[in-house]
Amino acid sequence: MKKILAVDDSASMRQMVGFTLKTAGFDVTEACNGDEALKVAQTGQFDLVISDVNMPVMDGITLIRNLRTLPAYKFTPLLMLTTESGGDKKQEGRAAGATGWIVKPFNPEQLLATVRKVLG
Amino acid sequence: MDIDLSQFSQVFFEESIEGLAAMESELLKLDVDAPDPETINTIFRAAHSIKGGSATFGFMAVANYTHLLETLLDEIRDGRRRMTPDHVDMLLHSVDLLRGMIDSLMNKSEFNDPKLPQLEQRLAQALASNNAPETSQPEPAESSAAPVASDADSAIEDCWYIDFKAGFDIMRCGNDPLLMFAELEAKGEVQVSLLPPQFPAWDDFDPEGCYLHWQLKVITDAPQKSLQEVFEWVEDECEISYQRGCSTVTGEALQAADDTVDTQVGAISQAGAVSQAAVLGQSISQSTSQSVNQSQAATPIAGSSLPTATAVTPIEKAPQAQAAKQAASAKNAESSSIRVSTEKIDMLINMVGELVITQAMLGQIGQQEEINQESLLLLQQGLEQLASHTRDLQESVMQIRMLPISFAFNRFPRLVRDIGQQLGKKVELVLKGEDTELDKTVLEKIVDPMVHLVRNSLDHGLELPEARLARGKSETGTITLNAFHQGGCIVIEIVDDGAGLNTEKILMKARQKGLVGPDEELPEESIHQLIFKPGFSTADTVSDLSGRGVGMDVVKRNIHELNGTIELRSEAGKGSRFTIRLPLTLAILDGQLIRIGKHIYVVPLVSIYESLQVPSNRINKLSDGHELIRLRDEYLPVIKVFREFNHDADAKEIKDGLVMVVDNNNEKTGLLVDELLAQQQVVIKSLEDNYTRIPGISGATILGDGTVALIIDVAGLVNLAGISNSKEHAA
Repeated sequence: MKKILAVDDSASMRQMVGFTLKTAGFDVTEACNGDEALKVAQTGQFDLVISDVNMPVMDGITLIRNLRTLPAYKFTPLLMLTTESGGDKKQEGRAAGATGWIVKPFNPEQLLATVRKVLG
Repeated sequence: MDIDLSQFSQVFFEESIEGLAAMESELLKLDVDAPDPETINTIFRAAHSIKGGSATFGFMAVANYTHLLETLLDEIRDGRRRMTPDHVDMLLHSVDLLRGMIDSLMNKSEFNDPKLPQLEQRLAQALASNNAPETSQPEPAESSAAPVASDADSAIEDCWYIDFKAGFDIMRCGNDPLLMFAELEAKGEVQVSLLPPQFPAWDDFDPEGCYLHWQLKVITDAPQKSLQEVFEWVEDECEISYQRGCSTVTGEALQAADDTVDTQVGAISQAGAVSQAAVLGQSISQSTSQSVNQSQAATPIAGSSLPTATAVTPIEKAPQAQAAKQAASAKNAESSSIRVSTEKIDMLINMVGELVITQAMLGQIGQQEEINQESLLLLQQGLEQLASHTRDLQESVMQIRMLPISFAFNRFPRLVRDIGQQLGKKVELVLKGEDTELDKTVLEKIVDPMVHLVRNSLDHGLELPEARLARGKSETGTITLNAFHQGGCIVIEIVDDGAGLNTEKILMKARQKGLVGPDEELPEESIHQLIFKPGFSTADTVSDLSGRGVGMDVVKRNIHELNGTIELRSEAGKGSRFTIRLPLTLAILDGQLIRIGKHIYVVPLVSIYESLQVPSNRINKLSDGHELIRLRDEYLPVIKVFREFNHDADAKEIKDGLVMVVDNNNEKTGLLVDELLAQQQVVIKSLEDNYTRIPGISGATILGDGTVALIIDVAGLVNLAGISNSKEHAA
């Protein structure tokens, strides 16, 4: 079972993502900000990290940048949840090492399609 | 994306010509029995790029033909077909044919070479024949996939060709190209082919980087947008191009379509989205890996020009756009652009920067209310700086026109091979100093004389293998082309280790032709010089090669027109050495300013031996009015320049003025002048372009005080004066 780390400061979003992915048969762990996610990520190897961008304590882009410095996450897919208007964020995220993005709002089908795209 | 592709045609032509040159030189290096895979690869890549480019830009005849070549080369490369000497021969002929096709495209003329269908047929036959190496299974289905031109228009476009060059860091962002390809499969049948990876040298190899370049064919009706979605995350850092095509045979011609234009189209289409630095950085990393490959393949032309080519692209666009506008004057299209390394451009920009600073400084002084001692000093300093920067700038601008002589040298391996074969002579060609740079115009004009000299060496110089063995030489003769800089000139030597000039034969011939009196004896050196006389040819039969009416006199005249000189040294049984000396540029001349009456002329410094006053007892008058002076043991004719140009002069008699001894085709001639002025570099302005051709004058220049000075063409002046040969007059 593939392990996914879902990071979002919004509980409802975390739930929606978590529920969708669990239903699809993934092992999902949740974290509510970048700092927490970074710690959780080092407790085990996740196959995918999906992170919101705007979060307190540590934002998604910093999280991605930090994860990429860890040998275990050098080549792991890291997806950003971003809003349509966030063109600059996409660039910033890519520069930090993000694999790709899911544009908000999204429906579960779209989320799953994107996750399958990176997990095969 | 709406891009007018014709604006890239010129770049395509240039890179095709380079590609063909690379193909040719690699083919000549090829050992047919044990072909080096890298050499085959280089040849294949050249054919492949030409095919891709021509298909993209709509030159279908070229695309269809190169498709045949590519198929053949691909089979050889994969080991499905064994290379034969016949293949090499066919490929070399194809190079010639494609050159012709590209030429006619450049000139917008019709291409009707009967060789095209012949070669096409030969290639098709070769492809149909089965000569796979014993070890591998033939794959007839592949080789029969020759294109049918008529299908091109009628076929239905039902697939996409995607050219996908992964960004170097793609893996490091967690992206996996294979997953993307899998995603594409949801849209239709996908065929993936990986192009030969361009790995850098081992030390530079980054195991986490991606060096791969794929071509995909997706048979689908899906719109481009839906394919683009697959690559959405990586499109900024990867080079991706989409081409609609049909999955039948001609479609294959399009397969590589965007391959060659990638960099151009890619750079343009992405320039807006991606920071320029990223694109540039990418191209630089590509070109480094390219250059490594190329230096391994030791392709002189590619090695010297390609590493910078990718980086240069953005700069080339401006002249390209202009060239497109001036499409009417397509005849001169080939001379309209030049590849310049960014390094040279940077240097130029730097110089201009310096110049602007100096100008600002001078401007400031100019605005001062009064000029005092201090500001005068500053002014002088500023002017000195200005002079120095102007000189530097001039040199940098000249540098732009400089090309390595390898552009000229590269045609010789083929020439020597073909002619050597034709004559049954074994020849080794040695090229030295290929990086030596010289002006583009000089380069273009020196090729023909060089070809003639090399042909001459092959035909008359080198002996047949048996004759060489009999003389105790090695069976294989050597012709060496050597180029180097020496004292502001470029020197090109053409050396052979053949029989040397046959002085007896030359003298006999010269006597027959009346060039030398029946009893006149000449030193060996002078006999050698006879071959430069008009109408002189010693070949017993006029062969197909040299000796077809174009004699050494034409070679010499061509070199003289470039303000150059040619020397010959030859030793019987050991060989001959032709030494050509050329100015580095045609635009600037080291000149001696002279005054005759009120007029100031410039005489090229290279043609001046000496200047002297001649006492009347050394002046002889001839019956036809010409005058000779005795200089040491020689008699020289003296031209009264003022009389030829029909104006007044201070010194109307030789004894009253100065005689400047100048060189005219290795003959000394005197020019009567009033006064020698300064020596300086002058910028040559063409009289022909601006006025009309004047005998005896090669051009004009503008002097420091703004006046115009005419530049004397010594050979023309000698003709004008009706003095053809000093010896005849002396005799």
